[in-house]
Amino acid sequence: MEMDDLRRVVREYVVKEYVEEGVEIDITDTTPLISGGIVDSFSMVSLKRFLEKKYAIKIPDAQATPDAFDSVTRIADLVARIRSATAQAS
Amino acid sequence: MATDVLVGEEHLAKVRTYFRQELDAARSAGLLREERYIHSAQAAEIDVEFPSGAEPRHVVNLCSNNYLGLSSHPEVIAAAHAGLETRGYGLSSVRFICGTQDVHRELEQRLTTFLGTEATLLFPSCMDANAGVFEALFGEDDVLIADRLVHASIVDGMRLCKAMQDTFKHSDMAHLEEKLQEHAGRRFRVIVTDGVFSMDGDLAKLDEIVALADRYGAIVFVDDSHATGFMGRTGRGTHEHKGVFGRIDLITTTLGKALGGASGGCVSGRAELVAMCRQRARPYLFSNTVPPVIVAGALKVLELIGRTTERRDTLERNTAYWRRGLTEAGFDIKPGESPIVPVMLYNARLAQEVARDLFAEGIYVVGFFFPVVPKGQARIRTQLSAAHEIHHLDRALAAFVAVGRKHGILGKDKKALLEMYGA
Repeated sequence: MEMDDLRRVVREYVVKEYVEEGVEIDITDTTPLISGGIVDSFSMVSLKRFLEKKYAIKIPDAQATPDAFDSVTRIADLVARIRSATAQAS
Repeated sequence: MATDVLVGEEHLAKVRTYFRQELDAARSAGLLREERYIHSAQAAEIDVEFPSGAEPRHVVNLCSNNYLGLSSHPEVIAAAHAGLETRGYGLSSVRFICGTQDVHRELEQRLTTFLGTEATLLFPSCMDANAGVFEALFGEDDVLIADRLVHASIVDGMRLCKAMQDTFKHSDMAHLEEKLQEHAGRRFRVIVTDGVFSMDGDLAKLDEIVALADRYGAIVFVDDSHATGFMGRTGRGTHEHKGVFGRIDLITTTLGKALGGASGGCVSGRAELVAMCRQRARPYLFSNTVPPVIVAGALKVLELIGRTTERRDTLERNTAYWRRGLTEAGFDIKPGESPIVPVMLYNARLAQEVARDLFAEGIYVVGFFFPVVPKGQARIRTQLSAAHEIHHLDRALAAFVAVGRKHGILGKDKKALLEMYGA
């Protein structure tokens, strides 16, 4: 359930932030975002910042790779892993 | 431990193998860039050797940035010769040691007047200006908010700067306004845009951007490389065209397109900002001065376009003629006002085939596809020049129609083209 919510939040942000007005595209949890040309690495920083603020986490630059940000599922998995590691450390 | 460390010839073989494989992969994907060798001066008609080793073909050139047709203008060449004779070939120095001549000062003053700013600083290229300006002026307390389609050199320049980076959807003023609100706490908010976007040929909404900057207290940065010299009634640039002449805080532009086409660029804008670039911008501080021969040529260009608007008027007429001709022939073009006219084909292979067939018909154009443009947005980018005469454009239109018929693309919209060829 929590992962479902996480994916929904990511998906909604991606649609709002990256899909241009008038462009018809259905963003699913597995839609390739970066390799599919929907999000470029230049614009990706706002998504990273959004996730860090929303979930009070720090995504290390080494983990914020185009591969890790290439779909809603991968992004949600990354956030969940970092949240889990942060919770264990604290 | 490090028993597998290779040295000498074995190490060199490893390096060569790695990069050969990278190049082979690019070749297999059809993404390898190849140069075309031109056997003549830049002009509306040129002699092009392609592929390498082939007999040069005499073709109509529809892909240069020679917007005003001044790249090989006799008065510009004569002025460059005179500059070479009186100020020498090179200065063997960066600007601030012993590389600034009186002509550099004169060109900076003339550009300031032309662009309607307060001060100007020359750089070896506009790429260098964009690489240097952000890092010189902004830091971690600031935010740079860029249109998502800005030129690659701006992206690189922003990445060299410690300021927070953000982007807004292409020309989406509501999204830009959201970003200005989101970053209200930053010391300086800088709106970053091209004046004319190089791949689509559309214009930034500079009037609306300046209004937003006024409302929220933001700095406006514009790279006007594809506009300086011809956009606007007297060719000053996109800011003149959009009625905000004198209201842009920072402009970068190039001498390498309409203004003679050799090389060189500049940052122009508010006096204090330009003065700080003179102190801190690393490409200015650590690379050679613009050669005197180019400075002399650029001064002549500014004199020529200051005398009359005839060239930019011709370019405007050529652009309208070409856009109308392509539209009536049934091509899907990006609408707009600039002399960059993209013919949309959407499929990368189709774009390459159409470019190849046009070359065979005597028309020189280049196909653009991912990653230069977004996936599924492949196109032929055509560019007009004041050097074109109507017979050039008629010949090019006839060739486009012949090649368009061959591929069955005339009268087809995006949906139909995607159905026929895929993305």
